[in-house]
Amino acid sequence: MVTVAFWLFSGVAILSALLCITRRSPVASALWLIATFFSIAGLFVLLDAHFLAAVQVLVYAGAIMVLFLFVIMLLNLGRPGPGDMKGATGRVIALVAGLLLVAELLILRTAVPPAQLRRTVSAVTELLRTQGPVKALAVPLFQGYLVPFEVASLMLLAAIVGAVVLAKRRV
Amino acid sequence: MLLGPALTVSAILFTLGVVGVLLRRNAIVIFMCIELMLNAVNLAFVALSQQLGIDGQVFVFFVMTVAAAEAAVGLAIVIAVYRHRDTVNLQTINLLRG
Repeated sequence: MVTVAFWLFSGVAILSALLCITRRSPVASALWLIATFFSIAGLFVLLDAHFLAAVQVLVYAGAIMVLFLFVIMLLNLGRPGPGDMKGATGRVIALVAGLLLVAELLILRTAVPPAQLRRTVSAVTELLRTQGPVKALAVPLFQGYLVPFEVASLMLLAAIVGAVVLAKRRV
Repeated sequence: MLLGPALTVSAILFTLGVVGVLLRRNAIVIFMCIELMLNAVNLAFVALSQQLGIDGQVFVFFVMTVAAAEAAVGLAIVIAVYRHRDTVNLQTINLLRG
């Protein structure tokens, strides 16, 4: 059952990613990318990351993609026009580079993580079962990773100020 | 149990993102392909966190933060460039070429 759901979500994710990079209209690309993000959220659920699945739908499929669609429509890029695909040479280069990269990544997949890092699968599922998906993530986030968390908030502030300054009409 | 298949899917999605960056000329579509690559890496993190501890999921949290900031600043740059050049086609934008 879990395996069937896994391959269903994987298939939808890969298919919609493929459609995302081949559709001519940027709006269609963005909508297919939203479908990919939803499928990846489903994969997160199957991989015991329930909280991250919710955040994925809220932040990626919700906030970030709405921002993309907003900019596409603000710049009026949704109208049909000549495609922005590269020519035959560019396509061949992209295909060869993609095949090489996927071969490399699949070879890398056989690497085994060092034994001292590895924990039994039941340890994490047990942690998630006893503490719940939110607490299991919140405790390390606010204890061991507190400084990176605060730095991330500063980075978001800088990004907000930077976005406003860059997009303002008269600086 | 699902670790191997999840890493395979992650590799395929990352490659699709790279191919998209190499294939397209529209700056916004290239941004979307970068988001796709970040998501593929997130999937690998989540899959490995089952075996290597919960820290992988904390990292995904930070990756999402960086992706949100990157999208906001990047799209602001796209808007600023569009004002000057009236296009988002990267082949005609050569502001840094001097």
